[in-house]
Amino acid sequence: MATIAAEHPAGRRRAAAVRSAAQRAGMLVLVLAVLWGLWEGYRWLWIREGWTWPFVVDSTTMPHIHDILRQLFRNPTSGAGGDILLVQLLHAAWFTAKEALVGFALGASFGFLLGVVLSQFRLLQRGLLPYVVASQTVPILAVAPIVVVYLGSLHVAPWFSVAVIASYLTFFPVTINTLRGLQSTDRAALELMRSYAAGRLSVLWKLRIPAALPYIFSALKVSATASIVGAIIGEAPSSIQEGLGGFIVNFNQYYSLNPENLWATNLIAALLGITFFLAIVIAEAIVVRRAPENIA
Amino acid sequence: MSVVTIEGLTKRFDGGTTALEGIELAIAEREFVSLIGPSGCGKSTLLRIIGDLIQPTTGTVRVNGKPAAQARADRDYGIVFQDPVLYDWRTVGRNISLPLELARWNRRRRNERVREMLRLVELTGFEGHYPWQLSGGMQQRVSIARALSFDPALLLMDEPFGALDEMTRERLNLELLRIWEASGSTMVFVTHSIAEAVFLSTRVVVMSPRPGQISDVIAVDLPQPRTAAIREHPRFFELVTRVREALHLGSDLDRKLAAPTAAEAQP
Amino acid sequence: MSTAPVAVQAIPRGTLAGRVGRRALDWVPALAVLVLVFVVWQESIAIFHIKKFLAPQPTAIASTFWTNRHELISAGWFTFQEALGGFAIGSGLALVVAMVLARWRGVGRALMPYMIAANAIPIIAFAPIMNAWFDPFSKGSKMAIAAVLCFFPVLVNTLRGLTSVRPQSIELMRSYAAGEVETFRRVRIPTALPFIFTSLKIATVLAMIGAIVGEYFGGAFTALGVLIDSRSTTFQFKEAWAGIGVACAYGIAFYLAVAIVEWLTLRAVPSTGE
Repeated sequence: MATIAAEHPAGRRRAAAVRSAAQRAGMLVLVLAVLWGLWEGYRWLWIREGWTWPFVVDSTTMPHIHDILRQLFRNPTSGAGGDILLVQLLHAAWFTAKEALVGFALGASFGFLLGVVLSQFRLLQRGLLPYVVASQTVPILAVAPIVVVYLGSLHVAPWFSVAVIASYLTFFPVTINTLRGLQSTDRAALELMRSYAAGRLSVLWKLRIPAALPYIFSALKVSATASIVGAIIGEAPSSIQEGLGGFIVNFNQYYSLNPENLWATNLIAALLGITFFLAIVIAEAIVVRRAPENIA
Repeated sequence: MSVVTIEGLTKRFDGGTTALEGIELAIAEREFVSLIGPSGCGKSTLLRIIGDLIQPTTGTVRVNGKPAAQARADRDYGIVFQDPVLYDWRTVGRNISLPLELARWNRRRRNERVREMLRLVELTGFEGHYPWQLSGGMQQRVSIARALSFDPALLLMDEPFGALDEMTRERLNLELLRIWEASGSTMVFVTHSIAEAVFLSTRVVVMSPRPGQISDVIAVDLPQPRTAAIREHPRFFELVTRVREALHLGSDLDRKLAAPTAAEAQP
Repeated sequence: MSTAPVAVQAIPRGTLAGRVGRRALDWVPALAVLVLVFVVWQESIAIFHIKKFLAPQPTAIASTFWTNRHELISAGWFTFQEALGGFAIGSGLALVVAMVLARWRGVGRALMPYMIAANAIPIIAFAPIMNAWFDPFSKGSKMAIAAVLCFFPVLVNTLRGLTSVRPQSIELMRSYAAGEVETFRRVRIPTALPFIFTSLKIATVLAMIGAIVGEYFGGAFTALGVLIDSRSTTFQFKEAWAGIGVACAYGIAFYLAVAIVEWLTLRAVPSTGE
């Protein structure tokens, strides 16, 4: 099903784009407002009624949102000097992001190559695929301390150990989806390549891989989040203080004193995850030019 | 000079179906040969065997004086399927240049040829478009341009206009004839439309199923070049009737067809 | 690790044997790899003088597991219950919400980008807060984390499945004057089943990870995650690896249980085709 390219006057197109952007921004504001309302409403109702299920509600377990936001602009460490929490958290986020990025790059590259190799050699596929799948049931995050100690004995910087952990979480979706994407090539397109007497490598490069890109990007979106999770959680056994993971462990200890700190950290962590995800979405829009998807 | 020579061809699939039995066919240069028959007569299989996309069980197939496999390796033919099979991630121009890239033509030569081909199928200016921006008929024209881009001696087409509406189909038939004239290729064309087969061809090969075999070969002596007016020529109707009767004869030979009315209802 | 919808393909028909591998012969390469890895692991530790306390030999781990098997298995069971509870709550809630959003498509469509974005949040970072909300020594705190981890992937994938029905199928139902509920039952849900099962299988893995990592931030001493963590930090790596082995075993068993349910269900439900 295809439509004949139609010409719209440029002006009308621009107006439509501006309108849809405004609609989306409006929707975002609405959703955030609803969430804020739900939070404060829940809090108000539970405190008023004194309900204790599922958990007790007070200013420690559920601080006001405006308190959390205000905390961002305060200095968490008492005493003179130091940046406001927001700045500290952004530095930490950047630190964690770098670990995650390295891990993501390593994991995605390895995953892609593994997927390509497995697609080309059936024997290897049958031999290795079960373990690739089983590897994800290993709670790598529990193996983290061992990884850190071992790599430390090889004089590897702690942040790199974290990146390795992040890459472990990244490679699996990419491998599986690369494999699936490469195997999902249209039969007629393969026949066409055969009619051109195209070699295996040509078919791989010119047909299978481009056809697999949507699958690969789908996995990259998952992996983006996984690498952030790996980086955050991996930081604790590595005793890394500068990343978001370190902040979380720290603020967790003093939670009852200053619950807003931990909430604020989680907020920044959430934004980091979403940002990374959006970066992949944008990359996908640039690289993968397909027919616009009709989501029913 | 025979472009395609088929002798004693049989094709049996695993599971016991005999798709083709005892096929003998010779196609001369610059001919336009249609293969027509009901479902299961093996016309698509035959086309694919000529293109070395399927191997025969027994018999020989020679294309351009070589074994079919060699002809494929030498890229002596182009193929067009019912589905245009264009790559969504390539523009029209890059889709057409795909076989040329595989044949390792340099960029300048490729671009030149792409422009030439677009002119041939009358799609100049659409080089930068993506397939999903074009209509079905336009996509099929791109597919034809791609098939002809490396100047093959032979063009194999498997019901290329089957998915299009009648009006577009008739227009593209005329287009195809013009392209055939301009390119000088030999055409082997699979269809299940009698009118289309008669309109386009110099010879119509009528096939019957179970097992797939050639039941008749009808020479179409309508004047060349064909025009739209030919469709109303009395000789056209005569030939169409002849082909129709040959098809009925082929299907009558098959006792497994249930009721006589079913045979009558054949197009 | 949370997951956005992965490109889903309809589960191929056929027997269990047909799906797992046409002949048992297909598994030979995998078994060969397993044996090879164990042998290499066992030998290279001796050959390369890898510090035994970091990567103990498989035989050592096996014997440690045997010695402590009661403690390990019951710790694993404790953690598994947390994962199971979280899985049930999170997936159950997600299925209900997905059906509601599929019924009122406008809301569903408007919220989809937000759900996908929520899926991108490193939810595991909220584990400490769950420990503050619920008693860290209770199973509930880990169930909460596991539930939140399962919720979004199951929701997004189920919603995709429920709304990926061909328009003609819906039109057909309407021509039979079938109501929304009927259409749901006969068309949308069967279409969504492959998507649902794919996401449920992912959720089993997420639930286990949620439970174990949640315990990392504080949990009962009878929990597997706490056990692994404490053994690691005291450099008792044999016990730690044995614990990890148990975690894997429970995780794989959980995954396979859902896979079996999937096979049983999809065998009975005819494919709606593409």
